[in-house]
Amino acid sequence: MGKEALSKGMIYLLLSLGAILMLLPFVWMISTSLKASNEVMAMPPIWIPSEWQWENYSRAAEVAPFGKYFINSVIVTILSTIGELLTTILAAYAFSRIHFYGKGIVFAVLLGTMMVPGEVLLIPNFVTISNLGWIDSYEALIVPWVASIFSIFLLRQYFFSVPKELSYAAKVDGCSDFKFLWYVMVPLAKPALITIGLLKVIGSWNAFLWPLIVTNSQEMRTLPVGLSAFTTEAGVKYELLMAASSMVILPMLILFFIMQKYIISGVARTGIKG
Amino acid sequence: MKIRLDQLTMKFDETTAVNNLSTTINDGELVSLLGPSGCGKSTTLMLLSGLYKPTSGQIYFGNQDVTKWDAEKRGIGMVFQNYALYPHLSVLKNIMFPLKMQKVPKKEAMERAKEMADLVQIGHLLDRKPGQLSGGQQQRVAIARALVKKPNVLLLDEPLSNLDARLRLEMREEIRRIQQEVGITAVFVTHDQEEALSISDRVMLMKDGIIQQDSMPQWMYKHPENEFVASFLGNPPINLLTIVKKANGYQIGNSDQLLNVPAFTLPKEDNLDVIHIGVRPEDFFVTTNGNQTFTGKIIHIETIGRDTLIRMEIGDTTIRALVDPQHDLQVGDTCRLGVSDTNIHYFNVESGQRLHPVERSMENARETNMEEHA
Repeated sequence: MGKEALSKGMIYLLLSLGAILMLLPFVWMISTSLKASNEVMAMPPIWIPSEWQWENYSRAAEVAPFGKYFINSVIVTILSTIGELLTTILAAYAFSRIHFYGKGIVFAVLLGTMMVPGEVLLIPNFVTISNLGWIDSYEALIVPWVASIFSIFLLRQYFFSVPKELSYAAKVDGCSDFKFLWYVMVPLAKPALITIGLLKVIGSWNAFLWPLIVTNSQEMRTLPVGLSAFTTEAGVKYELLMAASSMVILPMLILFFIMQKYIISGVARTGIKG
Repeated sequence: MKIRLDQLTMKFDETTAVNNLSTTINDGELVSLLGPSGCGKSTTLMLLSGLYKPTSGQIYFGNQDVTKWDAEKRGIGMVFQNYALYPHLSVLKNIMFPLKMQKVPKKEAMERAKEMADLVQIGHLLDRKPGQLSGGQQQRVAIARALVKKPNVLLLDEPLSNLDARLRLEMREEIRRIQQEVGITAVFVTHDQEEALSISDRVMLMKDGIIQQDSMPQWMYKHPENEFVASFLGNPPINLLTIVKKANGYQIGNSDQLLNVPAFTLPKEDNLDVIHIGVRPEDFFVTTNGNQTFTGKIIHIETIGRDTLIRMEIGDTTIRALVDPQHDLQVGDTCRLGVSDTNIHYFNVESGQRLHPVERSMENARETNMEEHA
């Protein structure tokens, strides 16, 4: 009994330490966003602002057209997530259920591309996009991101765990491949699809480097890129940057709280159990 | 619907799963495909369903050649060993699924699904998900789903293997009841002889992709066409002994006993020096009045429920016999066992084929078979 309580105590202690470590930057961001500019860099660090500068938020919002950035971010996030889900479902089904010539090799090549670091692809992708004349457009922000090998791999494994008899039963019941995919496989793979979708939404919302490279005008900027507006020749206005960052991160935070159950069960189910 | 298979062959790379199989299944008949694993019975069913396409040969439903038709076009219902219910759909939606694919109006589909659910006695479970049902209930749902679209043929692939013993007995009676109530042609794959013999109109026993015997269950049991059929059916298994031709009759193994049967019951092929004989354990009776066929020493006695199983040694051969527990037998006793002449089966040593006795020619045997069929 005592032993059990002790080990439980240890577990909670470690978990608490981990949680504090994870939360620290977040708390620091919020605290900085409410400081006056002279307190931001103060040593020793000031955790609780002497005077709460709520106007930092309204001042930050005036620095750049965040409304436009927000709409851009939403459009890019939604479209690239829908696109990725569609391509992932179709590709994963093909790789798990349909026999075609060279399937193994094609899949191996696709997996191989996962080993190429994203930074290496920045320039070739940029060249491609500019040859297509897509610089500074939604296409440039969305199209390169509508397929993910990792997602295909994840969903393919999930599809493999669906017994073959189910597809036989569906065939006998009058399903074509496409109907079977739509009416049986997709509903069954819902947890995996939610996981893939959430990862995509988070990744897409936070994407910085690619939008920075392919957009020039303010009209096309997304929120993370917009945050660079606080970096001026005179230095970085940290209190405003942090205020804006807090606002940018808010939708993700809300999403996480709503979908927490799915994120955790989705990751657990697709990662550990078939 | 009448089904005809014509020289059906299925090859997977180098292995031939089904080899030149021809047969006819009559309308409304329940036929079992029986055999050890890997004998081609499941492959035959998959060929019937259209999920596999044969390497060669034809399949006819009625007069229609359906060999090249896909599964969804053949109008079949299928029940799988692991039920293969859609886990995300309720029982009602599972049963309605084939109708939804046929674009049957929702209201009609629902009525038909409910009707079918009542037939298989799961009307009270319609809102449950498959995961909340017992194995037997899931199997009932699977049967309802297979039957709801009024298929031409019902195919069952080892439908009882995942159920526990008691439920298996109940479900096999249910399958028979439902099949007869609907009047559908059904093909039932199983490796369990008891299942096959108990519910089918006809049994096809397969081995290595070839039908070994195709006849009514009791006929198959009583008149095995070859040694494989004889040894596959029956529990405890049939006794197979070797008899050797001598000047004055057939000698049992290396013992000094001659097989004591009337000459006219022996096989008419008298040019064979060695013959195998088969006797089912339950066909023996203990005797004392000189009409014994076998005499030997009891080496083991086991009482299982209502039966007593003895093992008896004759020379270097051992035979198993189920005898009346009333006899007071002890290990070490000398025991005399009799067998009725018609219960001794003779087989060719090399081919394993049944040898027919002098008295009854092959033609006679065929006729009897036909009569029993009728």
